[in-house]
Amino acid sequence: MLKLGVPSKGRLMEQTFEWFAARGVKLRRTGSEREYSGAVEGADGVELVLLSAGEIPRELSAGRIHLGVTGSDLVRDKLADWSAQVAELAPLGFGHADLIIAVPTAWADVDTLEDLDAAAAAFRRQHGHRLRIATKYHRLVRDYLQAEGVADYQLVDSQGATEGTVKNLTAEAIADITSSGETLRANHLKILSDALIHQSQATLFVAMAADWTPDASMALDGLCAQLGLTSPRVPASL
Amino acid sequence: MPAKAASRATGTAILAAFRAAGGVEVEADILQPAEALLDLYGEDIRGRAYVTTDPLRGEMMLRPDFTVPVVQAHMAGGAEPARYCYLGEVFRKQDHRGSARVAEYFQAGYEVFDRADPEAADAEVFALFSKLLAPLGLVAAIGDIGLLMDAVRGLQTLGARKSALLRHIWRPRRFHALLDRYAGVTPVPLARAALLRGVAVPKAPWVGLRSKAEMQARIAALAADAEAAPIAAAEVAQLDRLFALKAPAPEALARLQDLARDMPSIAPAVTRLGRRLAALADRGVDLAAVTFDASHGRTTMEYYDGFVFSFTVASDPTLPPVASGGRYDALTAVLGQGRSIPAVGGVIRPGLVADLGGLV
Repeated sequence: MLKLGVPSKGRLMEQTFEWFAARGVKLRRTGSEREYSGAVEGADGVELVLLSAGEIPRELSAGRIHLGVTGSDLVRDKLADWSAQVAELAPLGFGHADLIIAVPTAWADVDTLEDLDAAAAAFRRQHGHRLRIATKYHRLVRDYLQAEGVADYQLVDSQGATEGTVKNLTAEAIADITSSGETLRANHLKILSDALIHQSQATLFVAMAADWTPDASMALDGLCAQLGLTSPRVPASL
Repeated sequence: MPAKAASRATGTAILAAFRAAGGVEVEADILQPAEALLDLYGEDIRGRAYVTTDPLRGEMMLRPDFTVPVVQAHMAGGAEPARYCYLGEVFRKQDHRGSARVAEYFQAGYEVFDRADPEAADAEVFALFSKLLAPLGLVAAIGDIGLLMDAVRGLQTLGARKSALLRHIWRPRRFHALLDRYAGVTPVPLARAALLRGVAVPKAPWVGLRSKAEMQARIAALAADAEAAPIAAAEVAQLDRLFALKAPAPEALARLQDLARDMPSIAPAVTRLGRRLAALADRGVDLAAVTFDASHGRTTMEYYDGFVFSFTVASDPTLPPVASGGRYDALTAVLGQGRSIPAVGGVIRPGLVADLGGLV
């Protein structure tokens, strides 16, 4: 069987179901509201696995599912060397969100990454510690700032309510996903004009580490044909 | 684990050679205080250190290298001059797969704290490594971060610009972006231009730890920067020529002596390079086989501020350097609380040496 991992609830699940349905593959939950099981019609040999969107990168990495739908931001952040572990089969065109850096709106002198870097240098001299950036996207943000040559910052972990960390004096800036910017404005933060770290969207991924038996490969070819996608090259199982 | 045993055996042989050269063997704790020491490394090592929490001692890390703890121990009461050597594992998280990308590996190191003749000490370390590693047929490269810093200090421009450039010597991308900005090559960003015209005053309450005074100070600095003349194109061209210089050491020295006629600020460092090369030749190093790369070391350890070197495998550029090192005088000042001493050292990765066939 070809295991397809899909978010188990909310808008992301509904839009995923719609995306597949529009291409003739009907995914649906079965059983009660609380039971995470599903069924697939319109593609042979495919099993639906309902999972939390945040767990799908890990399941892909471990090869416990062959295919998975999740945000491109989560895959890049949670998986080291992500492109060696999974391949992007198709961007799905929904679940758009930008990973950005935001600073207090009142900082009139900071609009670009160059400004942030200079402010960080002065901040460190003044306060004796590095300028703190609150985020849960450690890998994406660190890789980005390192590639851009920013110094004198440190990442502090924030798993929720990240926009509040500046007011609460636990960070000077944040790096977070924003789709509308409403929460940022409410917390008196503005987005740096040139620091778009990643434009995320829901994406169908293929797991390299999955057990690609002849059956699973055949089911993948069938599903791809039905979805109008080119079949990816997957490692043959031994 | 056979690979680890082979690493340790090779490391022990290297350590014996370091001891024979006069190094006193020292130990360093595997658990090091993270907060105090992590700041001394560049972003790369900071991001890759294993940090954990100790109930009594706060944030601790598995040592990511030996140099910082060895300098710390020396500055806390070592006699001068001193030569130290060590062998042990270091720990760095790896974000990419690959056989040589291991998260724990041995380092064998040799460090010299000696005021008498810094160039002779540079040559002593390099020649010792060169001789030990000779059977492996590695490619040797050297550079001099101090030379680059002196070139920046010699620019005819604002002190604030020079400080900003010096801070980014180790981050070439940001360095060259700043240089383009100060040279007027890239235009002033719109938001900054508006700010300096006094039109962009955001209506928002002040939040966060950074103070209004800090913002005012930076706006004043931006205004002073906007008033100042751009760095002359000829100066930028000289700097570009210097940073791009890569040639066999004797040829590089001749070209640097040429450059120094137009860039008097690098003349003392070029003279020191000449003394260093002469000292290397005295110790039997074939200089024609050593590449001087002016930008060497710009993307590695942030504490190197003078002579830097590495030995790499020419046939496999994906392998990390088998050995690397450099001079870190400023680090001794940071850890010495007012005292400092010229210091130079380097490490060999015995695991890579063993993989390449060992020292015999």
